[in-house]
Amino acid sequence: MTQTLVALRGVGKTFKTGTLALTGLDLDVGAGEFLTLLGPSGCGKSTVLRLIAGLEKASGGSITRPIPELISDIGFVFQEPTLMPWARVFDNVDLPLRLKKEKRAKAAPLVEEALALVGLSGFAKAYPRELSGGMRMRVSIARALVLKPALLLLDEPFAALDEITRFRLNDDLIRLKQELGTTIVFVTHSVFESVYLSTRIAIMASRPGRIVKEIAIAPDLPRNEAFRLSPAYGALCAETSAALQAAMAQNLGAEAK
Amino acid sequence: MSFSQSLSRSFSRYGPPLLVSLVTLTAWEAIVRIADIPPYQLPAPSLIAATLYQDRATLFDSLLVTLKITFGALAAAVAGGAVLAILFARWTWVERSFLPFAVILQVTPIIAIAPLLLVWLDAGTAVLTCAFLVAFFPILANTSVGLASTNQNLVELFRLHRASAWQELFLLRIPAALPYFMAGLRIGGGLALIGAIAAELAAGAGGQSAGLAFRIVEAGYRLNIPRMFAALTLISLTGLAIYGLLSALSQLLLGRWHESAIDREN
Repeated sequence: MTQTLVALRGVGKTFKTGTLALTGLDLDVGAGEFLTLLGPSGCGKSTVLRLIAGLEKASGGSITRPIPELISDIGFVFQEPTLMPWARVFDNVDLPLRLKKEKRAKAAPLVEEALALVGLSGFAKAYPRELSGGMRMRVSIARALVLKPALLLLDEPFAALDEITRFRLNDDLIRLKQELGTTIVFVTHSVFESVYLSTRIAIMASRPGRIVKEIAIAPDLPRNEAFRLSPAYGALCAETSAALQAAMAQNLGAEAK
Repeated sequence: MSFSQSLSRSFSRYGPPLLVSLVTLTAWEAIVRIADIPPYQLPAPSLIAATLYQDRATLFDSLLVTLKITFGALAAAVAGGAVLAILFARWTWVERSFLPFAVILQVTPIIAIAPLLLVWLDAGTAVLTCAFLVAFFPILANTSVGLASTNQNLVELFRLHRASAWQELFLLRIPAALPYFMAGLRIGGGLALIGAIAAELAAGAGGQSAGLAFRIVEAGYRLNIPRMFAALTLISLTGLAIYGLLSALSQLLLGRWHESAIDREN
């Protein structure tokens, strides 16, 4: 059994508007896993991610980090690249270090390293608007990785990108995970993306948001083009898709009542 | 880009407006000459230019006075407007307490406050205060909007990394507000000149501290219409220069990254 980084127990979230976003949610984030939260839009998967990050407070239940030292830093990647348009790529990636008041001389090699990880070594001096959408997202990932966080949270980061760019970034993410051993929690509404990337998929239903099924995928399966074309991948996608359909049907049933 | 290319490019850019101006001035000159309009009704452009040259000592002294007031007021408005906007953004109670005063000052026509200021202050300071008051509000209002409309995800990212309130202000909110501030500055620059001229007209100060507005009033009393036009020309040119200067500054600060200042291919 691996270490638990974050444990959510009976977590509920009600927004100020009175909307019940989540209820009775139990979830463990284990060290080293690639956990994907999959569900229809509005099921509260982004809210779960924000609760784990501490960007929002739960209205009920508990969120604990059993061994706080394991998570000194968290990396967060938003749906949009969310870069500072006035700052060059270097300064954007440097931001988390700068906020820690890290000296420039000490920060520079770390920034270079993070840029190299996402394949943007030559672009330190560029401004975000000079880059393509995919490259901006890479900068955003480099910024999330620059502190070498134990936990990386990604909120539908590739939803706005074209499929070719998306596949490439999927492969990059897998490579980064292997190189850095970072634990990743990933939010998506794409069945294929979730199966390709994850070691575990938590399928969510909406109104109120809750986890209805978990699917584990053997972590030692190779994740490459061959996997994407293999019968095992197809079977897992079918299983996941069926689970998602069932979750959405439950929801329709609840609405009909 | 070759020399001839850049020449043809700058011609296609600046040629038409220059040509139109030239045609307008020529037509003006021709109409005045052909219809034999007396100079006290409408002086010809050539006469205005001659007057500008003849009265240069008086007029340029006055120009200097007006420029000093305009830029002094603008500098004070930038300092006051930007600092107050930052305080507003930092502490909402400051905004709630002081915004009504700023709005009252803004909505009251400056020309109506001028006589009161002239009672309290000497003419020069009163004119400066008036110009400051009109230039101040657009800078405050624009900077406030800019500071408040920072990308919410970036704000959260700063919070995630436990940024202090001051880090958030200097590394995030102020740079994000810069385009808005520049827009306010461009409006404020023009208004500072208008405020200075309007207050000078109300003050009617002569002697050493006589600005261009006083020269216009004076020329009116003496029915020296060519000189009136000469002073007006200087005021217009000053306005254009301020606008050009602030646009260039905006281009310098925002050119690399902000949509409003990017030089597009087409």
